[in-house]
Amino acid sequence: MPDGFSGGDTAFVLISAALVMLMTPGLAFFYGGMVRVKSTLNMLVMSFIALGIVTVLWVLYGYSLSFGTDAFHGLIGNLDHVGMRGIGMNDLNGTIPVTVFSAFQLMFAVITPALISGAIADRAKFSAWALFIAVWVTVVYFPVAHWVFFFDNGHGGWLGDRQGVIDFAGGTAVHINAGVAGLALCLVLGKRIGFKKDPMRPHSLPLVMLGSGLLWFGWFGFNAGSALAANGLAGMAFMNTQVATAAAMIGWLAYERIKHGAFTSLGAASGAVAGLVAITPACGSVSMLGALAIGLIAGAVCAAAISLKYKLGFDDSLDVVGVHAVGGAIGSVLIGLFATGHVGQTAKGLFYGGGFGQLGKQAMGVAVVATYSFVISWLLGKAIHKTIGFRVPEEVEVAGIDQAEHAETAYDFSAVGASLARALSSPAESHQSAAKSTAQDTAKTGVDAR
Amino acid sequence: MKLITAVVKPHQLEAVKAALQAFGVHGLTVTEASGYGRQRGHTEVYRGAEYTVDLVPKVRIEVVVEDADAEDVIEVLVKAARTGRIGDGKVWAVPVETLVRVRTGERGPDAL
Repeated sequence: MPDGFSGGDTAFVLISAALVMLMTPGLAFFYGGMVRVKSTLNMLVMSFIALGIVTVLWVLYGYSLSFGTDAFHGLIGNLDHVGMRGIGMNDLNGTIPVTVFSAFQLMFAVITPALISGAIADRAKFSAWALFIAVWVTVVYFPVAHWVFFFDNGHGGWLGDRQGVIDFAGGTAVHINAGVAGLALCLVLGKRIGFKKDPMRPHSLPLVMLGSGLLWFGWFGFNAGSALAANGLAGMAFMNTQVATAAAMIGWLAYERIKHGAFTSLGAASGAVAGLVAITPACGSVSMLGALAIGLIAGAVCAAAISLKYKLGFDDSLDVVGVHAVGGAIGSVLIGLFATGHVGQTAKGLFYGGGFGQLGKQAMGVAVVATYSFVISWLLGKAIHKTIGFRVPEEVEVAGIDQAEHAETAYDFSAVGASLARALSSPAESHQSAAKSTAQDTAKTGVDAR
Repeated sequence: MKLITAVVKPHQLEAVKAALQAFGVHGLTVTEASGYGRQRGHTEVYRGAEYTVDLVPKVRIEVVVEDADAEDVIEVLVKAARTGRIGDGKVWAVPVETLVRVRTGERGPDAL
């Protein structure tokens, strides 16, 4: 390997990339448990499909647009690495191979659109969603990743490298970006049938807890891995992640206990995720006490923010706005207060004698990414809605979209119904092979049961 | 003969079953049920959204016994199902006019 290569750093970032990959199925379960039984599978697949589509696009042109040499004023990368052209096994990015860096960043690109899906749970047409992911990462995520994550000695992305907006692991590029896109999409699609009238309770809180646990675990790769080296900064980011998450869980539960009289498991899981979101941009620039404060604030504020949808009347099904947009904004802006100047970055926040400079930059970063993401996501969503349609027909939504969109159901409740269906089936059907008729009965029961 | 129907808490089913078996009841039918009594259901909170859950899960146990045994069976059943907390359920009995064992065609108490 060439000079400067570090086996330790490379091993660490490879493992981190694998951890970040696990966040997407973790998210799938987190979201999947929160929807009703009839739409569980669709919720899971909406995340899984991101692994398919974004990976392919990343290799084709995503990496190049995000991390290729800047093509225009820090706004977008060039096309030199289309198809990963020109990237050899031994090319380095710092102390790790470019291939490893690319794998790590790919996982960020995968989970970001998956995060959006929670805002439009229960009602999006799967084909429209797949198309949305493909276009959205191309026109929103890849450029924004370039703005925030691409560093080239002052010739890199305009927000991070040129303006000095701090986003260690994706508070703006990932969470505000996805949260605001979620807001745009749920406005385009409209409310679920029965919103505010019918009970829409989570169908499986154990799944939610499992998903949030996987997210928490994977998030160490997300945040500590963003040091791109197995060093003290990675350790600091790791601890900050843990501290903020723990504090946010407590913050959310405290709010919930005061406001609603109970410590709920969904609150614990949601608080943890809110803390993970908020500390993401800040984990490389604040002290552990700063992380603790950010977590507590994020937990309580996000818990309050999720009621916005009832007050303002938009149906963000699984609170992507309240958790990711608000949590991401809290973490990004609080860097302007809590950055010590001694962790990863030299920029100091207001509380550490840095004045209002960094606070202003952080607020600007949040505003820019939120505005860009909202406008483009809304236009894209509207274009899809007007052409191929973004929403399933009413009868499909009422019945649950698993059967209609995926020809499957998440759970088999057909033990009683299947024998009834068998008893009622026509003689012609009863001559078919046992396996086939069993499958048919199950499918039929799925329909009948609704 | 009497049909005794009990709607009780699901987790009391095993205790009721064991008690009826010990008493000598030969068979019973169990179905899942949901409902509420005077106390209604309960409130659940999910991310701040409060849902009133009126219909709570119950099991419905049905046994047919001879008239002479009815009071004793009711007593056994009530004792086994009781937890002393709200929502323990109800037990009632109604007369049965006809009872047929499907396999043999026997009727009346012989079919029990």
